[in-house]
Amino acid sequence: MSDTRKVLAEPVFDNNPITLQVLGICSALAVTSNLNTALIMCLALTAVTAASNFFISLIRNHIPGSIRIIVQMTIIASLVIVVDQVLKAYAFAVSKQLSVFVGLIITNCIVMGRAEAFAMKNPPIPSLMDGIGNGLGYSVILLIVGFFRELFGSGSLFGVQILPLVTDGGWYTPNGMMLLPPSAFFIIGLIIWAIRSWKPAQVEKPDYQIHAVHRTEAA
Amino acid sequence: MGLKNMPNDSMAKTLIVAVGLCLVCSIFVSVAAVKLKPLQTANKLADKQKNIVEVAGIPLQGRSISEAFASVEARVVDLSNGEFADQIDPAKYDQRKASKDPKQAQALSNEDDPAGLNMLERYATVYLTRDEQGRIEKLILPVRGYGLWSTLWGFLALEGDGNTIIGLSFYEHAETPGLGGEVDNPSWKAQWPGKKVYPLAGAGAAVSSATWRPRRGAKDLSFEPAIRLVKGGVSEDTPDAQHKVDALAGATLTSNGVSRLLQFWMGENGFAPFLRNLAKG
Repeated sequence: MSDTRKVLAEPVFDNNPITLQVLGICSALAVTSNLNTALIMCLALTAVTAASNFFISLIRNHIPGSIRIIVQMTIIASLVIVVDQVLKAYAFAVSKQLSVFVGLIITNCIVMGRAEAFAMKNPPIPSLMDGIGNGLGYSVILLIVGFFRELFGSGSLFGVQILPLVTDGGWYTPNGMMLLPPSAFFIIGLIIWAIRSWKPAQVEKPDYQIHAVHRTEAA
Repeated sequence: MGLKNMPNDSMAKTLIVAVGLCLVCSIFVSVAAVKLKPLQTANKLADKQKNIVEVAGIPLQGRSISEAFASVEARVVDLSNGEFADQIDPAKYDQRKASKDPKQAQALSNEDDPAGLNMLERYATVYLTRDEQGRIEKLILPVRGYGLWSTLWGFLALEGDGNTIIGLSFYEHAETPGLGGEVDNPSWKAQWPGKKVYPLAGAGAAVSSATWRPRRGAKDLSFEPAIRLVKGGVSEDTPDAQHKVDALAGATLTSNGVSRLLQFWMGENGFAPFLRNLAKG
């Protein structure tokens, strides 16, 4: 049981797909200008990652190596289309705001990365947990970014006005840059810095070390 | 030999897995698409009604959107002569479908097609509300045109004079979120009310019968759209401010698209003949 917990909790801070693996940045920039879209995107991605991990793991012993990436893509793409259809049916307004980004979950490296790295080698239930865990890791960062961007960019949270805007007779002048995608870059950068200061172990991963040595030599 | 004993990389196994997976996935996707279709269609319709009610600023007064929409009259207009085409039932006519059907739409030549439509249908569904005397109070016209990535589909709401803008709103587009996607931003949309489409003050109402000209004939300047998006902001001191709206920051192509689609739809191939007929009474 502790294994399950580890698989579930590890991706949230210790092995976060965004801050440590630096995957899935594209959608993290695009859908975080308010918390509503960020939350729906998180749910959609978590559902897709969990389900794709589960189904790929179910048939992992029968997937021919030569077509394994295509098999993974087919499963992921089908799940994404279904999620998109469900959103259009039950959350029409949000699905309009998310526009192409739901479809782009297909190309989100987190989903494919977990399928290839975990689900191909582990049984279905741990794979499902790994998918949920990575979805949560993605969600935590998206919601933090969305929180700052919506609060300082629009003075609201989940659409509820928190800081009264100057245009409505309040005192807060919204920071327009927060609504533009680059602000998410800065916030994610700061989060990565904070997490790595808190857990210095993350800085010392071997892949990064090799890279660093290589760069010193080159210089 | 069972499936279990077959080597994974054999040709037969590869084919079986590929075909089997495709079958399962396609059934899964098709079932979801078919089952959810009615809900999605209902959502789209409700969304369209909401857009019309909102762009025209029809007061809700505690009514639901569909109740408020009941006061809106849908009519089909023949774009070729600007007359109402009442032989067509607006409830059944699908303008969007018609715009893609070669039997109902005509190809536009490049010079006639600033908005990048390619095809123009003959009939358009317009919406209007009337005051107590039965005069037209608000006109809601469908507009569309190509931006940067996508066709922007929207409504332009005009006062009964056929010239003063109440609002412009797009219900469907796929422009860059945060840049061209800002066509949905309420503070940008708030610039539109009160702007004039045509150059002469109250052109629609003031045009006398002497100024009508046949379609594609000599240009009728009072129905040459003047409304456009400009860079650098618009204040009250800007010359000709009543025809200018501030363009979207960082979205030149989307802004040009909006300017051009208004030029087209308010011009001679769009609704200018219809508005002229309305002005005639």
